[in-house]
Amino acid sequence: MSVRESAVAERAAGGPARPRTRLGDRLLKAYVWLVIAWLFLPIAVMVVFGFNDTRSKSNVTWQGFTLRWWTRLGDYPELTEAVFNSLRIALLATVITTVLGTLMGLALGRHRFRGQGATNLVLFAAIASPELVMGASLLSLFISTGVDTGFVTVVVAHVLFSLSFVAITVRARVIGLDRSVEEAARDLGASTWTTFWRVTFPMILPGVVSGALLAFALSIDDFVITQFTSGTVQTFPLWIWGATRNGIPPQVNIMGTLIFAVGVAIAVANSVTARRRT
Amino acid sequence: MDPRTNPAFLRGLTQSRSVTRRDALRLAGLSAAGLALAGCGIQGKKAAAPSKDAAADYWTSKKKNGTLRFANWPLYIDKDGKKYPSLEMFTADTGIQVTYQEAIQDNPSFFGKAQPLLAAGNDIGYDLMVLTNGIHLGRAIQLGYLVPLDHSKLPNFAANAAQKVKNPIWDPNNTHTIPWTVGLTGIAYNPKYVDEVKSIEDLFNPKYKGKVGMMSDSQEIANFGLFALGVDPDKATEADWRKAGEKLKAQRDAGLVRKYYENDYVDALARGDLWITMAWSGDIFQQVAEGKDLKFVIPQEGGTIWTDNMCIPKTAQNPVDALTLMDYVYQPKIATMLVEAINYITPVPATKDLVLADAATKSGDEKTSLEQLANSPMIYPAEADMARLRSYKPLTPAEEKVLESIFQPITQG
Amino acid sequence: MKRLTPYLLILPGGMWLLIFLVVPMVFMASVSTQEGDIVNGFVQTFNVSVYGEALAQYRTQFLRSVGYGLVATVVSVAMAYPMAYWIAFRGGARKSTYLLLVLLPFFVSFVLRTISWKFLLADDGLLLSPLKSTGLLPDDFHILQTTTAVIGGLVYNYLPFMILPIYVALERVDPRVIEAAQDLYASKREAFAKIVLPLSLPGVFAGVLMTFVPMTADYVNAGILGGPANTMIGNIIQIEYLTNQDYPVASALSFTLMAAMLIGIFAYARALGTENVLEAAAR
Repeated sequence: MSVRESAVAERAAGGPARPRTRLGDRLLKAYVWLVIAWLFLPIAVMVVFGFNDTRSKSNVTWQGFTLRWWTRLGDYPELTEAVFNSLRIALLATVITTVLGTLMGLALGRHRFRGQGATNLVLFAAIASPELVMGASLLSLFISTGVDTGFVTVVVAHVLFSLSFVAITVRARVIGLDRSVEEAARDLGASTWTTFWRVTFPMILPGVVSGALLAFALSIDDFVITQFTSGTVQTFPLWIWGATRNGIPPQVNIMGTLIFAVGVAIAVANSVTARRRT
Repeated sequence: MDPRTNPAFLRGLTQSRSVTRRDALRLAGLSAAGLALAGCGIQGKKAAAPSKDAAADYWTSKKKNGTLRFANWPLYIDKDGKKYPSLEMFTADTGIQVTYQEAIQDNPSFFGKAQPLLAAGNDIGYDLMVLTNGIHLGRAIQLGYLVPLDHSKLPNFAANAAQKVKNPIWDPNNTHTIPWTVGLTGIAYNPKYVDEVKSIEDLFNPKYKGKVGMMSDSQEIANFGLFALGVDPDKATEADWRKAGEKLKAQRDAGLVRKYYENDYVDALARGDLWITMAWSGDIFQQVAEGKDLKFVIPQEGGTIWTDNMCIPKTAQNPVDALTLMDYVYQPKIATMLVEAINYITPVPATKDLVLADAATKSGDEKTSLEQLANSPMIYPAEADMARLRSYKPLTPAEEKVLESIFQPITQG
Repeated sequence: MKRLTPYLLILPGGMWLLIFLVVPMVFMASVSTQEGDIVNGFVQTFNVSVYGEALAQYRTQFLRSVGYGLVATVVSVAMAYPMAYWIAFRGGARKSTYLLLVLLPFFVSFVLRTISWKFLLADDGLLLSPLKSTGLLPDDFHILQTTTAVIGGLVYNYLPFMILPIYVALERVDPRVIEAAQDLYASKREAFAKIVLPLSLPGVFAGVLMTFVPMTADYVNAGILGGPANTMIGNIIQIEYLTNQDYPVASALSFTLMAAMLIGIFAYARALGTENVLEAAAR
């Protein structure tokens, strides 16, 4: 190997600084794994304590392994009911949010109109204002106007805070669209309506789907706004918060574990199919 | 998973077209216009004092419906797997089906949720609920949210209830409520770290810095502050409250108090976060029954006695069924089933002998634990102890505001 | 018809935002100037002094919340940036796996995750008790109910919202640009400072936006992990609203909080020259 060749090789490999960089990289990698471990630590505890053979209402010290709680998952009908309430609320809120948000996203991404800036401002404000304040102001509205808080008001609140997320996601998709495809469809004689359903909608669909998933995820885990607007309706996070005062039964850990498992399965499936698509 | 982590959304967000100042001003103008709309106040709801015949008027048209929706606190009834034996007996005896819900985690949030519904005259989803005497039960009575009870339908209560629970100061003549259980607020401690406790002063001992638990409820700590000063909470003036506040604030500022707790002090005590804490009798009895080495005392200066009361919301759909259950649990046999499970003080003194009789039929662990129960001063307190106990003083809204303004800054510093 | 289309599209969602976001703010402003109590009712008296009184009473909690929010945001940026950087530039084919790992814990309800920390950090719990029994820590040492615990909880709960936007911004940086820059500047540090960092700033901005506000207004972490000296303004608002039902004070505090947050965000956006930054990110 000539001197020249070795110089080229060295350069290609990143120059003389290479050993130091590698050490830095390795340290960085170790750091990344450390943070990931930190993120998973409480999850591990949650899963493990679902198997704790505790006798008392306080599930805080390890008493030995048992599968008992898995067979007695339904011992707290209120807990089960709360989980189903969370699902019902999330589904309903998702449907409403997705429809309204998609329409808004289309308008904002496609058209120029008076009031567009104000709409953007409100969307931005909806994301930037603390959830606590949204919940408090909704409660002020409901109290002042004598509206009963309950299932409906929770759905209203959930639609409210997820609407911006969906609208912005869809808008991003719409802006990125290639309009010539639609023009071609119209040139070929398709009506506006047909063009929308057969051409535009399929193209924005990924944006709509990811918007819907956002709305669902946001709704099912929400605690703050729900606490203000729920009235006597219980959701899963509210039930847990209430239970922290009296001791959390292992069934909560199991419900958490199950929801976690479903989430993991969906995420993994999603990333696998996404990889196949590309 | 949170959508804020979704790349599609993030791309959208960073694409945002800028917002002009004109848009912001326009929006502000719109809001100002709306302000005019929202000018009116939130309506007053205070109820007139119930007239003498209120109870009779209310009950004349009411009939038994055969169903009952009962809201209670978690772990506050006998339970066998998914079944509630005492409620099943109730159904067998009366034909009334009970939907039992552990819907009440604490008084303020339950009251806060039910209040708008009651104010609007709507069903809260329950016919019977259990509230602790104190600010929120007081509000419920003042606002006319509770049905006046028909005592002619409560013969078991009349016959079997302890004299002490009848005619309480917060609800004269049991007009609206009768007790579900009675509890004490005293001091619990872990003998591994703490020498024998007799006085409230131990909560102020610098030795236990950062290991002392106090309660977050304003009336609860107010009473302890007053006891520590040697003042009877029933006779306390605003000046006394302020002095008690100063004492409690000094305790906090010295770093003695770990946290101001709700029911979650039990976990903290079991986990070792606390060495000494204000505590409720039944919680500690259960911990001890499970083998934890903990002690409970009523301090020599005094302690608090409180009552969790059954009451019927005015919008109840099955009030007769609710009243039937209220009386049913005052049968000594049923009250015994309840006290054996709940481990708080029962309003039916006759249960003590029945618990002992039960113990005689059992053997081993079960026998000892029942004997422990019958002989525990936490469940059947001695007369001398009872004399030192005070309840929460009923307050007017104005007094309550003063109380909160003194004690809330301590617990929520 | 065509000119009406955007309005028709925007109408349902726009009305929703108007009725349930803008109007409630107006009602909240109205409630904040009423006087009275829950038993006797509240009457509109345009009593503005409640703002001054409430702020004077809860100034500590307000400033504390902003302080916690700032510290937690700075810690989050410091923790998230190297992580996002490594995943974006060194993650290789497994980039998406790493991202997934960062996100997975967030399938568990955030209240539940915070409670798990309470278990882990208990005085005689899994983490501390071995250190205590070996004498490395004194018996009365504790983390729960300290500022560290609250800020740690905030960072834990919001870190991914910082990692992801930074990652999205970094991932868009063309590695060839960095190479070219290295050729030109000859120093890695300079290449980073002049190319990578500016290009990633929109991500940092989005991350700060999505973490600072919710962290400052949070009350779950202070409620579960904090002690008497860690109460945040969110806890106060929650108690005044839901426990004391002192609606005027609660409304005045929420209103002030929101105003402070929005002014802060717009000032921050302006100082960074967001318009340029956002444009850069959009490309």
